[in-house]
Amino acid sequence: KQCHLKAGPQMITAKLELKPPPYPLDALEPHMSRETLEYHWGKHHRTYVENLNHQIVGTELDQMTLEDLILVSYNRGNILPQFNNAAQIWNHEFFWESMKPGGGGKPSGYLLELIKRDFGNFEALVKELKSAASSQFGSGWAWLMYKANRLDVGNAVNPRPQEEDKKLVVVKSPNAGNPLVWDYSPLLTIDVWEHAYYIDFQNRRADYITVFMEKLVSWEVVSLRLELAKARASEREREEERRKREEEDGYSAGSEAEEMYLESETDESEPEAE
Amino acid sequence: MALRSILSKNTIARSVGLGLRLGHVRGLKTLSLPDLPYGYGALEPVISEEIMHLHHLKHHLTYVTNYNKALELLDVAMGKGDAQTVVKLQSLIKFNGGGHINHSIFWNNLAPTGEGGGEPPEGPLAGAIDKQFISLGKLIDKINAEGAALQGSGWVWLAFDKELGRLAVETTLNQDPLVTKKATLVPLLGVDVWEHAYYLQYKNVKQEYLSSIWKVMNWKYAGEVYDKSRS
Repeated sequence: KQCHLKAGPQMITAKLELKPPPYPLDALEPHMSRETLEYHWGKHHRTYVENLNHQIVGTELDQMTLEDLILVSYNRGNILPQFNNAAQIWNHEFFWESMKPGGGGKPSGYLLELIKRDFGNFEALVKELKSAASSQFGSGWAWLMYKANRLDVGNAVNPRPQEEDKKLVVVKSPNAGNPLVWDYSPLLTIDVWEHAYYIDFQNRRADYITVFMEKLVSWEVVSLRLELAKARASEREREEERRKREEEDGYSAGSEAEEMYLESETDESEPEAE
Repeated sequence: MALRSILSKNTIARSVGLGLRLGHVRGLKTLSLPDLPYGYGALEPVISEEIMHLHHLKHHLTYVTNYNKALELLDVAMGKGDAQTVVKLQSLIKFNGGGHINHSIFWNNLAPTGEGGGEPPEGPLAGAIDKQFISLGKLIDKINAEGAALQGSGWVWLAFDKELGRLAVETTLNQDPLVTKKATLVPLLGVDVWEHAYYLQYKNVKQEYLSSIWKVMNWKYAGEVYDKSRS
């Protein structure tokens, strides 16, 4: 974010910036063309940024982080006009970072362990991601996410979280859908809006998805995101425990105070002995 | 394959309004791809030949193929009394069936310039437009605005509402046919705002596609549908 101090009426505005992909626009050739990046990043993604800046300048939303903007404009499902732009900015940044030149191959380490645990094997995960991406009618995204302490229903929190509940899941979302609003931790995404693949693949979305999985995915980034997701889940668990303990402590402190009060009453009720 | 015979010209089909053609598979009435009423390059330079090829022979044909597949599966499931599968197939039927319905209307909504494309409406429809929207220009502005504002994939329609007896501008998402919005809406003309409809030519500049498409709009067809739906 940039801060501009304007002369005249003192006005500080924080403008959201168009973040470039972590590689040059032609670096993903021949799997994703420079032309696609020029339009997809240079026009579509840029337009979301410009439009959102127009929408928030001078309002209380100006100054917020992108994640906060998404959550506020999601408005518990009754989305506000800023949501589409904010969510799409986040989604696209996440998408560029999910790819790398010379990507593809297989995941390893802890990520691979979890994939085997939750999907059976790597091929099964690929199959499920491809299926989600192909079957998302119209525009949208397919995701690999880490789900911790959350039930399978929207915002619902699991009242009795267990280790087995912390799972990798494949999810699809329409249009600007961003599973941050469900507090899942996203690990990987593929954009299946037609503008993501039409120049290179025309109607052949299935081929695009295959090339994405085989040649573009950065499993290193996915592994890193998984580490962060686990750390976040652990931190949240510690906070929950801390809060529970504080509540319990607060309750017992209160009852001791009552007993003391009663004792002093008894003392006072006794006639002063001489 | 049988496909080639299906794609050959069929005059009976053309007289059935939307060009719906009926085939038979195990007693089921399946659908087949209607012919374009003009050549693939006939709408140049407004809509390129490349787009028309892909749009008709890939996108629309895929909807037809997948609808027929879903229909066969539905038939089997219904025969077995397999309610779960019957329900599960609904979204596929709606999406692919809707895709076929919408695109069949769309090809008739367009015409080459010189064959009526771009000529303004006449007769009762023209009168209704002026009465309700003040002018054709204002109606077009409204349709374009709705199209531009639509997030994701969908359609913008000029419709006749049989219940209210008036015209309406409506949008539908994905391939939902207009009838899913309100049963009494009759589509007069639709504009496909899925990215596949314009991307290769107009890229991200949807607004330019929207302002240009009126040059090949077949208002005569819209007028005929309007007249029929009011009788």
